[in-house]
Amino acid sequence: MDTKLENRLEKQGYEDIAPLAEQTLPPPRKGLSPINKRRLENFKKNKRGYWSFWIFAVLFVLTLFAEFLANDKPILVSYKGELLAPIFVEYPEEKFGGFLAVTDYRDPFIQEEIEANGWMLWPLIRYSYRTVNNDIPVPAPAPPSWMMDKQERCSRYPLGVDDPNCVSGNFNWLGTDDQGRDVVARLIYGFRISVLFGLALTIASSVIGVAAGAVQGYYGGWVDLGFQRFIEIWTAIPTLYLILIVSSVLTPGFWVLFTILLAFSWVALVGVVRAEFLRGRNFEYISAARALGVSNPVIMWRHLLPNAMVATLTFMPFILNGSISTLTALDFLGFGLPPGSASLGEMLAQGKNNLQAPWLGITGFMVLSVMLSLLIFIGEAVRDAFDPRKSYQ
Amino acid sequence: MSERKVPLLQVKDLSVAFTQGGNTSTAVDQISFSIDKGETVALVGESGSGKSVSALSVLKLLPYPAASHPTGEILFEGEDMLTADENAVRKVRGNRISMIFQEPMTSLNPLHTVERQVAEILKIHRGLSDTAARKRVLELLDQVGIPDPETRLQSYPHQLSGGQRQRVMIAMALANEPDLLIADEPTTALDVTVQAQILKLLKELQQRTGMAMLFITHDLGIVRKISDRVCVMTAGKIVEAGDVKQIFEAPQHDYTRHLLAAEPKGEPPKTNDSKPKIIETRDLKVWFPIKRGFLRRTVDHVKAVNGIDVTLREGQTLGIVGESGSGKTTLGLAILRMISSNGEILFKGKDIAQNSWKQMRPLRRDMQIVFQDPFGALSPRMSVADIVGEGLQVHMPTLSDAERDYKVAKALDEVGLDPASRFRYPHEFSGGQRQRISIARAMVLEPKFVMLDEPTSALDMSVQAQVVDLLRDLQKAHDLAYLFISHDLKVVRALANDVIVMKSGQVMEAGSSDQIFDSPQTEYTKALMAAAFRMEAVDSPVLSQ
Repeated sequence: MDTKLENRLEKQGYEDIAPLAEQTLPPPRKGLSPINKRRLENFKKNKRGYWSFWIFAVLFVLTLFAEFLANDKPILVSYKGELLAPIFVEYPEEKFGGFLAVTDYRDPFIQEEIEANGWMLWPLIRYSYRTVNNDIPVPAPAPPSWMMDKQERCSRYPLGVDDPNCVSGNFNWLGTDDQGRDVVARLIYGFRISVLFGLALTIASSVIGVAAGAVQGYYGGWVDLGFQRFIEIWTAIPTLYLILIVSSVLTPGFWVLFTILLAFSWVALVGVVRAEFLRGRNFEYISAARALGVSNPVIMWRHLLPNAMVATLTFMPFILNGSISTLTALDFLGFGLPPGSASLGEMLAQGKNNLQAPWLGITGFMVLSVMLSLLIFIGEAVRDAFDPRKSYQ
Repeated sequence: MSERKVPLLQVKDLSVAFTQGGNTSTAVDQISFSIDKGETVALVGESGSGKSVSALSVLKLLPYPAASHPTGEILFEGEDMLTADENAVRKVRGNRISMIFQEPMTSLNPLHTVERQVAEILKIHRGLSDTAARKRVLELLDQVGIPDPETRLQSYPHQLSGGQRQRVMIAMALANEPDLLIADEPTTALDVTVQAQILKLLKELQQRTGMAMLFITHDLGIVRKISDRVCVMTAGKIVEAGDVKQIFEAPQHDYTRHLLAAEPKGEPPKTNDSKPKIIETRDLKVWFPIKRGFLRRTVDHVKAVNGIDVTLREGQTLGIVGESGSGKTTLGLAILRMISSNGEILFKGKDIAQNSWKQMRPLRRDMQIVFQDPFGALSPRMSVADIVGEGLQVHMPTLSDAERDYKVAKALDEVGLDPASRFRYPHEFSGGQRQRISIARAMVLEPKFVMLDEPTSALDMSVQAQVVDLLRDLQKAHDLAYLFISHDLKVVRALANDVIVMKSGQVMEAGSSDQIFDSPQTEYTKALMAAAFRMEAVDSPVLSQ
C-alpha cells in the first residue's frame, strides 16, 4: 500500500486504512480455465472430430493461398536481372516484348522470352479457376490426365512429348469442365469461396441472432411477443423465390447473396439464445447485479451472454454447414455467384449436364460430401465437448 | 431381548468412491451401522459428509459405474444388496425399502396426477387392478393426513402445497408397507410449522406400521425429536454412534460437540429509538393482478403485501418472519424498489416510491441485498474480485484498478475470507464461504441498509452461527440497518431488535423482539414458536398444511 493511494482514499473519506496482511498478487495465468481445459480434453478425446478438425484446418489454410497453388501466372519471375511477382503486380506484355495489356504467361512466346533472359517459378498447377486450356487433346470436357498416356496428353503441343509445357503442372489431373477449365483449380478456389462464404454468413447471422435473442429474452413481455410474431412472419417468406426476384433486378454477387441470405439466416439462433436469456434472467446473481445498479446492457453482456455462448457454439458448425449447402444449391440452380466464378454448385450442374464426363459430377460430389462431413464431425465433437452432462465417462 | 439376531439392515465397512476423469475420490469411508426392526436411526452430518450417498447406496441408486464400492457389504435381512442382481434389487426398492427425498416438487412427476403417482407403485409391486389401487390410494392419502382425499386424486403436484406434496411422497413410500423407510432430509425444504406436522406424521405412522426408519438430516433438533439412535458423520466417516440420550448428553467426539454447540446464539446490539430512521413505509401494498378472459381484464389481485408499515432505524435489525408465501421477500424487494408497489417508501426521509429505475441507481449504493442461495447468487463465470468489485465499477467509476482492488481485498478481509482468494472462482468455495462473498459484495459499497433474504437457511448449522456472528459484527462496526427476512426463528432471535410476523401479506403481530418471543399474543405466532423451538405441531386452524 503506497502512501499516495492511502492519502487519496483518506481524502475520499475512508478512514479505516490498515495495510493488508500481505500483498497479494493475481496467480500467474496458466492459459485456459479448468472448465475450458476439460472441454478441450473432451474435444481431443473424440478422435473422429479431432482428426476432422486438423484435416479441415489444413485444407482451409492451403486453399486460403489458392493463388500460390493453382494459377496461370508464375509465382516469381526473374527477367533480365529483375525479380517480378506477377501474382501481385500485373505487368503489361510490353515488358516481355508482346503487345497485350496483361501478360499471358502461358503463351509459348512469352515463356521462351523469359526463359532466355532468366527463369520462372510456376505454381503446382498452372491453371487458375478461369483459365481455359486450349491444348486439350480431345473436345472439352477432357478426361483426367491419368486416363491418357503421355503421348496423348501432349499431342496438341507443338513439340509433343518433348515440349517444355508437357509437364505435370499443365496436365488436367481431374480433367476439364465443358469450357476447358481445369477441375482441380476450380475445386481449390470453389472450396475456398464456399468456406469463406459460409464462415462470413455464420458469424454475421450469429452476431445478429444472438443480439436479437438476447434482447427478447432479457426484456420479455411485449418486446418478446412482438419480436416473436415478427420472426414467425419473416420465416414464412420463401427465401428461394425472393432470391429469384432479386437476382432478376440485381446481378447476384458474393455480397448481394450474402445480404439476402443473412436477412433470413439470423433467425436460426434467436430461439436458443432467447431461451437461455429467459432462463438466466431469473438467476439470483442477475437480481444481485440489478440490486447493485448495474445497467441492463452490462448485465446482458457480462452475466448472461456467457451462459448463452455454449448453446451458440454448439449450433455454429451446423449453421456453417447450412450456409455452405445453401450457396451450393443456389449455384447449382444458376442463381448463385456470377457465371465464371469458381463454385462447387456450378460443377455439380455441369456434372448433371455432361453425364458422359462422370469425373465432373463425382469430383464435385466427393469434395462437397467430404467437406460437409468433416464439418459435421467437428460440430459433433464441439457439442460433446461443451455438454455439461458429460462430466464423467 | 428378541429372538432374531439378524438386524433388518446391516451396513458393514461400506465405502463409496467416485471416479471422474481418472481421479478417484472417496465419498464414504468404511462406515458400519445397523438398523433393527421398528427402530429409527439418524445419520447426522453437515453437507458433503457423505450421509446422502450412504443412504442412496443402500438401494443402489448411485450413478454407477462412476460410483463404486471398493469395500463393504449392505445386508438387508441377510442378503447382500451390493452383489445382488438388478432384478432382485428392484424387487426390494419401493416394496421392502422405500425412500422419500428432500425436494417434494422435483421428486413428483409434474405431469402425473396424485392418483397415478401413488397407484403406479402399487401396480408394479402388487399388480393391483385400477379399482383396487384407487381404494388403496384413498386409504393411504387419508393415512398421511390429506383432507378430502377424493378431491385430491386428480390434482397435479403444482396444485398442492409443499407440505401436501411431501405427504403424497410419504403415501407413495408407504404404499407397500415397507420394512424400512429411508428419509433423506424430508423436511428441509418445508416451513417450520409444516416440518413439525410431517415429523409428527412420520412418528405416528411408524408406531402404527412398525417399520424401521433411516433418517438423514443436518438438524440436531429433529434428531433429538424423532430418533432412537444416532450416527454422526463427517468427511465420509462415522465418528460417533450411540443412543440419542447418550450423544446429546455426553458427546465423546470433538466433532459432535462442535455440532451441538453450533446453534445461532447471542443477542442483537442494544439500541434505542433516538437513532435516525433509515427506512419507513406507510401502507405498502404489492398486488399482482389476476387476468382472465380473452381481453385479459384484471378480475382480482393476489395481495402479496397488503398495507404494511415498517420503521427501521440506523444500527437496528428488523426481523420479518412467516411461512413461505406470506409475502416476506416481496415486501423486501418492494422496499428496495426491485418490484413496483403502492404506498410510501421513505429512505432517509425522502419518498422513493415513485422513483424511476434510473433515479434509483445512485441510491442503490446505500441499499444492498444478500440472497438466500449462496450457489445461485454468484455468477459462476466471474472471479471473486470481479463479483465483489462490480458494484464499485458502477458507483465509484473514478477508482483506479489498484484502488478498487484494495477495497475488494479489504471487504473480503472484513467478512473473514483470505484476500488472496479473490482471484478464484465461486465453485472453489464452500456454501458458507460463498455467502461471505455475497456479504462482501454488499458491504464493499458501504451501504446504510441491507436486506438479508434468508441468508442462513441454505447453510449448515455451524456455518449459520458463524454467519450470524459476522452479520452482527458488521452491524456494530458500520451502524447498519438490516431488514432480516427468515423463517428460522432461532436466527431471528439472535439478530433482530424488532420483529414483524407476517401471514398472507398482512401483519399478524409486530413489536420488539423480546415481546414477540417471550409473550406472543396471537395463535399464529404461538404455533410458529412451538414448531420452531420445540418442533411441536399445534393443531390449529390458523396454520396451513
